[in-house]
Amino acid sequence: MGDTTPFDEMYNPDGSVREPYRALAAWLEEQPDKALTLMQSDAEAIFRKLGITFAVYGSDEGTEKVIPFDVIPRIIAAQEWRKLSKGIEQRVKALNAFLYDIYHRQDILKAGRIPEKLILQNSAFAPEMMGLEPAKGVYAHIIGVDIVRVGADEFYVLEDNLRTPSGVSYMLEDREAMMMLAPDLFQRQKVAPVENYPENLRRTLESVAPAGAGSSPNIVVLTPGIYNSAYFEHSFLADQMGATLCEGPDLFVDGGKVYMRTTTGPERVDVIYRRIDDEYIDPLTFRPDSMLGVPGLFNAYRAGNVTLVNAPGTGIADDKAVYTYVPEIIEFYLGEKALLQNVPTYNCTDEEQRNWVLANIADLVVKEVHGSGGYGMMVGPTSTKAMHAEFRKKIEARPDNYIVQPTLALSTCPTYVNAGIAPRHVDLRPYVLMGDEVRITPGGLTRVALKKGSLVVNSSQGGGTKDTWVLED
Amino acid sequence: MTMLGRTAQNLYWLSRYVERAENMARLLEVGYRMSLTSRREGGSSEHLMSMLQAAEMDEDFAKKDRPADVDTVAHFMMFDPTNPSSVFNCIQAARTNARTVRTAITGDMWETLNGAWLSFSQIKPRDVRGAKLLELLEWVKHLSHEFRGALLGTILRDDGFSFLQAGNFVERADNTARILDMKYYVLLPRAKMVGGDLDIQQWSLILRAASAHRSYRHVYHDRYKAHNIADFLMLRAEMPRSLIYCARFIEAQVDTLAGFYGGKGECNEAAASLRSMVEGTTMETIFAQGLHEFLTEFIARNNRVSNSLSESYNFY
Repeated sequence: MGDTTPFDEMYNPDGSVREPYRALAAWLEEQPDKALTLMQSDAEAIFRKLGITFAVYGSDEGTEKVIPFDVIPRIIAAQEWRKLSKGIEQRVKALNAFLYDIYHRQDILKAGRIPEKLILQNSAFAPEMMGLEPAKGVYAHIIGVDIVRVGADEFYVLEDNLRTPSGVSYMLEDREAMMMLAPDLFQRQKVAPVENYPENLRRTLESVAPAGAGSSPNIVVLTPGIYNSAYFEHSFLADQMGATLCEGPDLFVDGGKVYMRTTTGPERVDVIYRRIDDEYIDPLTFRPDSMLGVPGLFNAYRAGNVTLVNAPGTGIADDKAVYTYVPEIIEFYLGEKALLQNVPTYNCTDEEQRNWVLANIADLVVKEVHGSGGYGMMVGPTSTKAMHAEFRKKIEARPDNYIVQPTLALSTCPTYVNAGIAPRHVDLRPYVLMGDEVRITPGGLTRVALKKGSLVVNSSQGGGTKDTWVLED
Repeated sequence: MTMLGRTAQNLYWLSRYVERAENMARLLEVGYRMSLTSRREGGSSEHLMSMLQAAEMDEDFAKKDRPADVDTVAHFMMFDPTNPSSVFNCIQAARTNARTVRTAITGDMWETLNGAWLSFSQIKPRDVRGAKLLELLEWVKHLSHEFRGALLGTILRDDGFSFLQAGNFVERADNTARILDMKYYVLLPRAKMVGGDLDIQQWSLILRAASAHRSYRHVYHDRYKAHNIADFLMLRAEMPRSLIYCARFIEAQVDTLAGFYGGKGECNEAAASLRSMVEGTTMETIFAQGLHEFLTEFIARNNRVSNSLSESYNFY
């Protein structure tokens, strides 16, 4: 880390091609001039026609945009993936065990392994969840772990997204698009399929249905509606699973049970894959001004009459301040060493660390503890002096509101840009499902920072996506 | 699996809006053609005013306080965002409904509407004049045909299909009835039926608005006659935009829904009462009764079908 030349996933420093990329390199060689330009414009047209769009808040170019798709796939070798997926599985199991503990006996706090204050006074801690028994003991069923690579054998977990991680529809549509655009490329090597994600999602959701739900539980996807930035994904997943896509007003609670309003009257609902944040799901329990939620939903959940996926209160386990304790959490619950590393994180409430951070801010990344989507963060090396000064002030005013990490030299992948093919920084979000068992889709979503030198991959900040291939042996 | 009442409602309206966009385009096409051959110069064209009336847009248009010349009316019917039934608003509403019920329609149906909306959003209204206008109107009709093709070719024949089809034909019945009502006086039997130039022009306008000016000849083997035209658009079961065809179709759809859900309701009775108006009657009887009164009652009963569907299947 700290090395200024980033790791290139395709080329070795001597210019030779790394093993997993050999077939791709040969294929790229064979493409006639302009073939990639054509593919790129075809891809854009496909995505727009299919309506694979997202909304950018505060953008004045209309409300729907197509997320840029890069036609050059990102490739992960089989043995690299095996290592990653083991580490991911370990992490999600430990985090779920942590959630169970935090909302029950709180052994980890009693053992003094994590400061009590950090949990109990954290706004992401949901006291309403205390003592509740979720089906199969699982809180976070759908997880997107953000991983970055900095070397041939060096991966770091940036964030564990345990609330309502999005982007899985892009993983699936990117593969669809890639197979349409370059079918011949798939014939040259074995790429692990991702298409069974919706099927696995359905199985996961069925496996956590309440006891009385019967063999074919009624599953719905709860969306805030068509103006939400991820609406496409909500409808896509509902469609792929054969579940009903609901908005808050389509559901109601009667006698502690949840029903949907159908053409023939009320119909019982067993599992709700909700894509609405905790504080909006039930105006009677959480934010009273929420128009998106279902009054009484939380009590129905508490009574065990419906399963909420993910459970409310999972945010305490992916809080940026709790993140630094994940290796500790893995050891405490599983008795194992963490297989995947955390990014070293400086704690600004500690005076010594804070002073060091303030002095070196130009080389560091500052993130708001509760920020997301690339908002409220500053990447030191690519920010102005004025920005450095601004964040210094912010940290001094509220040291507990920020975490600070070294600027990682994210790996790069060849990417099609105006100037031809050039390396751009990427990250990786594999999608994990946890119900009766842990199911990890090989690969995940690769996000790419399309601006030269940029390390911010978020789609809201000019990032694009790539199809992600895990090769099979 | 039973569908949400809201989904049923969205399907019903999605299909109504596609049909409405098509009808608006056809009406405007007729109005445009008529204005080309009209001898009147400048000011408001009578034909365009009747177009607006048939589209039930005359009051909204009057608020604009603009002369009813071709460009102004065309813009108003095609693009005006303040006009709830402008083609643009119809396509947008259809697309928004489709997006909301994306899971209840097929990819082909969605892509048709989404693609149409994207293309339409790109159009700059000021570029659309003359031949461009006719080209665009043709495109709107094609959109409707393409959507219907995708619907008939790809969707499951379940309750959703019937809601879509019911919406389509309730809208169409309403449209045909309004076109007839707008020009009912030229259809009335008169003592001196001479069929002068103006009459023929008016009749052909009515037929064109219902895409019936060619098929008329196949059915009647005769020149345009008021009585035949009224008969064709109201009582001929083989004419796919006639009142009787629409009414029978609507009844069949709501009966299918009753079969699907295992029980008839008010909407079945409403649909039967709509159909009974055009079943086993003749134009003579209708003329004797009063054409305008008849059409007014037909439109009211058609609305009752719509409202009772909404009641019976929990649209909300």
